[in-house]
Amino acid sequence: MTHGIIHGHLPQVLVVRPPESFSLYQSQCSHKFHFLKAWESPLPLDQFLSTHARNVQAMLSCGIFPIKADLLCHLPSLRLVVTPSSGLNHIDLSECRRRGVTVAYAGSVASCDVADLAVGLRIDVLRKISVADRYVKQGLWASKTSYPIPLGSKLKGKRIGIIGLGSIGQEVATRFEAFGCSISYNSRKQKPSFSYPFYSSVFELATNSDALVICCGLSDQTHHLINKEVLLALGKEGVIINVGRGAIIDEKEMVQCLVQGDIGGAGLDVFENEPNVPKELFALDNVVLSPHRAAFTHETLASMRELAIGNLEAFFLNKPLLSQVMNN
Amino acid sequence: MESIGVLMLIPMNTYLEQELQKRYNLFKLWTAPQKPQFIKEHANSIRAVVGNAGAGADAELIEALPRLEIVSSFSVGVDKIDLAKCREKGIRVTNTPDVLTEDVADLAIGLMLAVLRRLCESDRYVRSGKWKKGDYKLTTKFSGKTVGIIGLGRIGMAVAKRAEAFNCPICYYSRTEKSDTKYKYYPSVVELASNCQILVVACPLTEETQHIVNREVMNALGPKGVLINIGRGPHVDEPELVSALVEGRLGGAGLDVYEHEPEVPEELFGLENVVLLPHVGSGTVETRKVMADLVLGNLEAHFLNKPLLTPLV
Repeated sequence: MTHGIIHGHLPQVLVVRPPESFSLYQSQCSHKFHFLKAWESPLPLDQFLSTHARNVQAMLSCGIFPIKADLLCHLPSLRLVVTPSSGLNHIDLSECRRRGVTVAYAGSVASCDVADLAVGLRIDVLRKISVADRYVKQGLWASKTSYPIPLGSKLKGKRIGIIGLGSIGQEVATRFEAFGCSISYNSRKQKPSFSYPFYSSVFELATNSDALVICCGLSDQTHHLINKEVLLALGKEGVIINVGRGAIIDEKEMVQCLVQGDIGGAGLDVFENEPNVPKELFALDNVVLSPHRAAFTHETLASMRELAIGNLEAFFLNKPLLSQVMNN
Repeated sequence: MESIGVLMLIPMNTYLEQELQKRYNLFKLWTAPQKPQFIKEHANSIRAVVGNAGAGADAELIEALPRLEIVSSFSVGVDKIDLAKCREKGIRVTNTPDVLTEDVADLAIGLMLAVLRRLCESDRYVRSGKWKKGDYKLTTKFSGKTVGIIGLGRIGMAVAKRAEAFNCPICYYSRTEKSDTKYKYYPSVVELASNCQILVVACPLTEETQHIVNREVMNALGPKGVLINIGRGPHVDEPELVSALVEGRLGGAGLDVYEHEPEVPEELFGLENVVLLPHVGSGTVETRKVMADLVLGNLEAHFLNKPLLTPLV
């Protein structure tokens, strides 16, 4: 059995850009794989690949760097891409399929963390937690000249509209139910195993929700899914929470709606052009901003790392992968 | 009804104030340049006192109001009211239980998420432009962490129910073990703190529960433990809390209450593992209105000789 074994009998794994905590991959895998570190080479990427990576059968993605035709064409022996992320929009899946390249990802390992952040952002916006923390830490509470902080709004009884009822959406639903919220959703297809009301149009869902929580992936169909029409349907008291991908929302429209008071608030972990965030949002107290960290806890990073390494090991041992992306 | 004197101790709610003004002869203690003078002047017409978590009818005030019949608190906690004295003198006391349970429990979970996932700090990080220079660091997972609750009353149970949806195992301490619950009981707060990662204070403030979270408890909770206080400031030994946090013996804290509100120890302002809120547990538009209506309803019932809505004494 040979799976690209060249470097001192250890199978090679290409890494174009290092994933978070890459040193931990290195220390855990020093006896398992040889990592071909493209970013450390002075050569431009395509030259590096044609010189060193012709026989590489597996690559470890960093979760962001695009894996598309222009990269894949330099890797004729590639059979496996492992991404430590749950998100797949950085990978051209149909191009991989065409080339016979299997993709493994983090599955639902991060779903609880992402759901936790969605709920946290919602409570923060509704109860003004970040606003109040700023207020106290600036010494305004004790100050005789300061204004009192405005009251928040009750969470119980609010209607939550979930966009995408996959693993993350389901965890979000379970959590909000415990707070006495009602759940409805929009998804590519209705899911009969769930009793939550289904809306086939996002516009209808927005009309009937106090908050929209985006839990779906980014694709051609979901790009700018949340447009001006949907935002206006959500309304002046409505809140949008995004833990999916920035481009699912028409960001320019959302900013305008927030500035003009056409929607009630937003909790955002992702943006169209990270790490750039529209500066109009910085002046708003009804917006809570998070730097794309929904899945980034120590615990989940460790789980993602273990899963990625496990997938690579399984591949080189000719065993079934642990979390292969299934064609849908 | 307009001849009935009602003494409101501090500003707490505009709607409540306006309604009291309409229905009674309202005396606003905070507007008086000399409070003892003011009280003496109007003592003969004051038959009711309206206080809240921040100010209540203590022994001194009760003695100064010979015609006092009822104390109606715009809060569920009544630690600022001398209940024994009220009982002694036949003065009725009402509070606002149940209506604020959910809001307080929601805030407790909000504080847990804010501390563990650094919501406020990362919001600051983005607003300051630092994200353009580098990623924010990793935070700590909330789901699945063991939550220990001091006091399994209405609020404690509501916190437990919410935390369970995050797969958090629940344990608790209370004066006596509760037979109708599946949560794990610990007979002391130190044991509870040793066996959980997030400790929530959700019991009433009494002489027994003063400083129930002391140095020993904080050390038991440890450098990875987080304290959430949605009870009363005096539940926690505040100077000890500050040194535990500053020295890293305690992993983090989410506080809504303090020993001397609105004063908050400034040493806490710069700590990224601490979230500070200005006593907003019941602070939603909806709940404050319901609380106000309960105060008004209790006063009305009393002066019409009807049964009180939510009597404590």
